[in-house]
Amino acid sequence: MTLLVIDWWFILEKALLIGGIIGLSFFIAMYTTLAERKVAAWLQDRRGPNRAGPFGIFQPLADGGKLFFKEEIIPLASNKFLFILGPALAMITALLTSTVIPWAAPFVTQGGNVIPIQVADVDMGILLVFSIVSVGVYGIMIGGWASNNKFSLMAAIRGASQMVSYELPMGLCLIAVLFMTGSLKMSEIVANQVQNGWHIIYQPLGFIIFFVCALAECNRTPFDLPEAENELNFGYHQEYSSMKLGFYLFAEYINMFISSAVMVTLFFGGYDIPFVNEASWGLSSFWMTAISFAVIMAKISFMLFVFLWIRWTIPRFRYDQLMNLGWKKLIPLALINMIISAAVMLLLNK
Amino acid sequence: MNITTILFWFLSVVALFSALMVITNKNPVYSVLWLIVTFFAISGHYILLNAQFLAIVNVIVYAGAIMVLFLFVIMLMNLNKETEPQKNRWLRMAGAIAGGCLLLVLVAALKDTDMKQQLAMTNGGNIGLIKNLGKELFTTYVVPFEISSILFLSAMVGAVVIGKKE
Repeated sequence: MTLLVIDWWFILEKALLIGGIIGLSFFIAMYTTLAERKVAAWLQDRRGPNRAGPFGIFQPLADGGKLFFKEEIIPLASNKFLFILGPALAMITALLTSTVIPWAAPFVTQGGNVIPIQVADVDMGILLVFSIVSVGVYGIMIGGWASNNKFSLMAAIRGASQMVSYELPMGLCLIAVLFMTGSLKMSEIVANQVQNGWHIIYQPLGFIIFFVCALAECNRTPFDLPEAENELNFGYHQEYSSMKLGFYLFAEYINMFISSAVMVTLFFGGYDIPFVNEASWGLSSFWMTAISFAVIMAKISFMLFVFLWIRWTIPRFRYDQLMNLGWKKLIPLALINMIISAAVMLLLNK
Repeated sequence: MNITTILFWFLSVVALFSALMVITNKNPVYSVLWLIVTFFAISGHYILLNAQFLAIVNVIVYAGAIMVLFLFVIMLMNLNKETEPQKNRWLRMAGAIAGGCLLLVLVAALKDTDMKQQLAMTNGGNIGLIKNLGKELFTTYVVPFEISSILFLSAMVGAVVIGKKE
């Protein structure tokens, strides 16, 4: 039973996995919006949304419903095709990055088939994530330009230059991590950490730089200059309404989720359970997969909480401060980090 | 007809069509966007040849960085159909003749090469994977590699010098 040369079972397996991961991304993104408001309320000594359902747990559904029923406005002077393409691209690139992340320990069936809980374990692994992130700029740029609004264009250009600038230190930190793993494959990066301990122990500075860059890449506070309301009205999605606006806002939360997942995989051992040797428990493969999935989700949730925590703690940077931080501080720091890591690896002769 | 052939034809059609759209479109923003599609189609071809590193780097560098800068400039200058300068007829004709001559030279040069006997190896070969490529670059081709890195360094220094000038 094959389609062209691919086994039908393989297609089914991957389709289920992709559907599951996309559903999960949407679900997490939905509840991150609620968590954002709850965390904000908590930090500001308020109650936060608590009307829709117990503790406000239906609030995201209410928000989504509201966005769906809002009037759809496409400005007359805008470029219609590109105006619609913008939010679509933002969403597509946000969802695509989840392909190479290993979500749980591989599941071994009764017959001995190994099913990796990962859509594609390609040789390029983490570089694939970087390439998709670098394409993600177009969602903002196209949307901002097609709106035919000066503020949108300014915000789009800010967003794009910010994302292009912060990709550099991010890549340099990644090189330091790759010195230790010797492979770009996500599965091998995780396997290396299961064996030798998490990369955060060896690369604390690398992680901090990576995290700052991730904040900038997701356009999160303190680097949310593309959405600086007091300078640019509403930012690059000013002309958008209804679910197109929802797509832009939602893509940001999905980006947060995926970048948390990437950071957990690179620095915090992915689905590895800390402090224990889980292989000696003798549990069945199903339970191992389930527990490791729960562990990675717990780590991701904590990273997401840090994202929210920072948003409601640190005020926004000025644009020149942002560029100075990126080019004059983070890049030299990341370079030094890379050289020191290389020298240590050479001395240890690994 | 296996899947590699289907993908090859599909990607070729996409690449050629989008490349044509780049040069026939009046609106420069559309041209840039079509050029990005062309780069993606070419990356797809690299993946068919199992040159994964090249494919990814093509996307990161060309589609992700260089085209963003192109788009920057074009969006800021707000070029569009109305502001495009009208070229006169003689200039167009000269362009067509010059392009035709280049085509002639290319065809004449490539006509007798033995490339047409060598079929590209699709869906196989491991030289495009990052480990093999890195080993090859740092052993067999280390001198050209280092020379090109010096070239990049001088370009970087040049860019900084030009940027510093008030």
